[in-house]
Amino acid sequence: METTNTILKESSLHVSTKPIISIRGLKIAFGSNVVLDGFNLDLNKGESIVVLGKSGSGKSVLIKCIIGLLTPDAGEVLIFGEDVLKMNHYQLDQVRARLGFLFQSNALYDSMTVKENLEFPLRRHWIKIDQKKVDKMVIEALTNVGLAHTVNMMPSELSGGMRKRIALARTLILRPEVILYDEPTTGLDPVTGKEISELMVEIADHYQTSAIVISHDMRCVRRTAERIAVLINGKCYAQGTYDELKKSTDILIKQFFDT
Amino acid sequence: MLRQCYLIGNKSLPLVGITAFIMGLVLTIQLRPSLLEYGAESQIPYIVSYAIIREIGPVITALIFAGKIGSSIGAELGSMKVTEQIDAMEVSGTNPFKYLVVTRVLATTLMLPILVIISDGISIMGSFVGVNIRGVMSFQLFFDQVFRWLNFSDIFPAVIKTFFFGFSVGMVGCFKGYQTSRGTEGVGLSANSSVVISSMLIFLIDLIAVQITDILGFN
Repeated sequence: METTNTILKESSLHVSTKPIISIRGLKIAFGSNVVLDGFNLDLNKGESIVVLGKSGSGKSVLIKCIIGLLTPDAGEVLIFGEDVLKMNHYQLDQVRARLGFLFQSNALYDSMTVKENLEFPLRRHWIKIDQKKVDKMVIEALTNVGLAHTVNMMPSELSGGMRKRIALARTLILRPEVILYDEPTTGLDPVTGKEISELMVEIADHYQTSAIVISHDMRCVRRTAERIAVLINGKCYAQGTYDELKKSTDILIKQFFDT
Repeated sequence: MLRQCYLIGNKSLPLVGITAFIMGLVLTIQLRPSLLEYGAESQIPYIVSYAIIREIGPVITALIFAGKIGSSIGAELGSMKVTEQIDAMEVSGTNPFKYLVVTRVLATTLMLPILVIISDGISIMGSFVGVNIRGVMSFQLFFDQVFRWLNFSDIFPAVIKTFFFGFSVGMVGCFKGYQTSRGTEGVGLSANSSVVISSMLIFLIDLIAVQITDILGFN
């Protein structure tokens, strides 16, 4: 724990002082398997945090608790100052419209075209946009990821990297303030993985979005992280910049950087 | 909802139609020698159509429907579950239960009775062909024989129970699909168990329906 405190004190990367996402004492267990055990994290406006951890350490569980897909056993998740766990369905939907979520498996709807996939988040009953505007938004989102020509294609016709970009375009279509990335480069070759990482940085710069990235791909971590939170034993074991953590002598932190 | 009705009905119609025609034809050909012994050959149209409308048509069509649509729903929803598409729907502000489950269950509940009625008609046509393979009977005489003894109490309970068959196929498929875990292996298991459980439920509902029909005096 000494390492944690030292790095936390030394870390100077805070874009804004008021966190837009604040996680306090998050606990969740599946049967006897305790996955998160008092996890704390703050995300500041305009900041990009990578949650680093081994496979099965609870990174995806954490991100699903943030978006309200899983309900933790204890703790609180404050998004824009409101506790997600106390929200009704309508309030949660309003918050989700301000968050983007890029799924590990992309989660593109197989039975729909790329255009229909991108239109799906705009179907919310409280969002009133005419079809012309929708078409324009779809093309703009696809252009941003360099795939405007795929508008009428089916997801099965796309490569892994293209699917990831389409999924990112769908995430971007509602102009989210925060994007949650669940292992964005997993399953991609190093070149495509690099392209996706660079695209994530471009999006953050262009749209001024904040991001929480779940990853164990150190190349992606190095490119996208302004701050890294290391998830070990269900807790935020250490936080700091890439360089700060790389210099750490703690064996649990070193194992990520030695590979 | 209409799209699901179209997909579910349209997907099953060729298989249901072919099976129904063969069922009527085979039943007639197999029944003919026995009835000939008693000189009751003229009763074939009525006996076959009675068996088809009251029992064989609804049950066989429902079992084919369970195999074709139940497995398809279980596999589709299971695949959506393991590839996080259902989670993506929820994050996108759409209630996946309403969007995926309600539409499919309503579609199976409404479409199976329609398929059974079509299947009964095709089976009776198969029976007409079967009668005319070995003998000669005019179309008019055949249908006169079919409808002379059939009445409302033969058709009504048989159609009503098919709504329950359809509901059970949709519910089981959606439930098993929604409960899928363990990746592609889980998808296969969901498709398989959807068929097995809904087939068992069809027989169970049929048994209950027969008892209720009997109590209400429809027999």
